[in-house]
Amino acid sequence: MTDGESDVADAGFDEWLAAAADGDATYLECANGHGSLPPRRVCPDCGSTDLAEADLPDTGDVRTFTVTHVPTPAFAEDAPYATAVVDFGPVSLTGQLVGIDLEDVETGLTVELEITVSETTGERVLSLRPV
Amino acid sequence: MSNVRVAGTGLTSFGNSPERTSRDLFAEASITAFEDSEVPREDVEAVLYGNFMGELSEHQGHQGPLMAEAAGVQAPATRYESACASSGTAVREAVTRIRNGENDVLLVGGAERMTNLGTAGATEALAIAADDLWEVRAGVTFPGAYALMARAYFEEFGGEREDLAHIAVKNHENALSNDKAQYQKAIDVSDVLEAPPVSEPLGLYDACPISDGASALVLTSESYADDHDLEAPVSITGTGQGGDRMALHDREHLARSPAAREAGEEAYADAGVDAGDVDLAEVHDCFTIAEVLALEALDLEPIGEGISAARDGRTTGDGETPINLSGGLKAKGHPVGATGASQIAEVTDLLAGEHPNSEYVDGATTGVAHNAGGTVASATVHVLEVSDR
Ligand SMILES: [Zn+2]
Repeated sequence: MTDGESDVADAGFDEWLAAAADGDATYLECANGHGSLPPRRVCPDCGSTDLAEADLPDTGDVRTFTVTHVPTPAFAEDAPYATAVVDFGPVSLTGQLVGIDLEDVETGLTVELEITVSETTGERVLSLRPV
Repeated sequence: MSNVRVAGTGLTSFGNSPERTSRDLFAEASITAFEDSEVPREDVEAVLYGNFMGELSEHQGHQGPLMAEAAGVQAPATRYESACASSGTAVREAVTRIRNGENDVLLVGGAERMTNLGTAGATEALAIAADDLWEVRAGVTFPGAYALMARAYFEEFGGEREDLAHIAVKNHENALSNDKAQYQKAIDVSDVLEAPPVSEPLGLYDACPISDGASALVLTSESYADDHDLEAPVSITGTGQGGDRMALHDREHLARSPAAREAGEEAYADAGVDAGDVDLAEVHDCFTIAEVLALEALDLEPIGEGISAARDGRTTGDGETPINLSGGLKAKGHPVGATGASQIAEVTDLLAGEHPNSEYVDGATTGVAHNAGGTVASATVHVLEVSDR
């Protein structure tokens, strides 16, 4: 990301990150009960435009993970780091695992959402901490 | 419906040439394709060109007309972008146009300039094939996304790194005779297992290289080929395309490729063949695990069994269904926008008996090319058959 781009907000996403940093993470739920992540105006599962915010469950389970040694420049100082896909029930998220030794990461691990800061860029990163 | 003839194929060497512009690469590939086809440039009615990262690698958008010019063709030109499936989608569009009678002669291909970005820059450029907000900003790289799928596969179906290593070994072996391949170097299983980790469980030798290169095809209608006595024994008889949710975490299965299955089923039905008819395939093995997912999506292996195909010799040169006789993306190289059309070129040459590895598939009549974009949110599949020998 260039400096110029980082000055511009991403409507929907930035608000979500700020809320998540305050412990108020949400997801979008359509009239038919499908969960999805913002920013979004239409349910990708059924096309419903009737979307309401709902509270993200407090914990989720690691579905799969990887430890990345060759990062993009935006994470040069952060590598090696673990990235996981985590099932929160209505939605899944991808984030970085924090507060655990890399060799101890395993599927099925129960985690909670935490917003951390990249060592490389100082940008907020969606992270996951074992409970 | 009229078949589409592959009248000419052209490939540059794939590899490390950071100083070469993509216009130079595509010019070279197109010259070869025109010479091979004996079709005059003035008969070309449109140029369909695949490219993914041109804005990042050489500050160049609007590449369609630039590439028509480079190829010496005066015709409307459009760039197709579907990440690593860019030129696969260009081929699909060309096939559709020729079949519906809109065009008789098209120049189709693609190019990518990547090595000038360096490893970190190319890693960043490739990552934008994923969801920027929800994946890239969490640190997902292109190898990282496939590593997530590899771990999910091991958990669901079993298998281990050593099984994947046999895929890399096979594809390097196949590339030994391909003088356009980026790596013409045999490797063994221990080389793969001992290579530095990129995104665990994938290491350096589980990954395709960063490559520069171009591909070009001259495609014609059957009537044009017949009227002009073209020597074009291979036809594209089936085409299919599938799609999936962009972010990996939004998919039901992390260890399957529904987009490739959809594309494959469509292409098989279109050609009137099934997986049992397939004699050889070029599949999108950007990482070793990607070959496994492709084989299962194309029904060339049952779900959960593709992991052992290379190790047990089912997909090696002398196996039942040789896969990636060109060396694949793994050893031939993966200039992203060039890859899909290059696979069509390889399958054509293999079926026509004009490929260094044609000896492995003597008498083969049916081949498949599978091109995937990103973590397979896009996929195209084409069936090629010998229609005239
Ligand atoms: Zn819905």
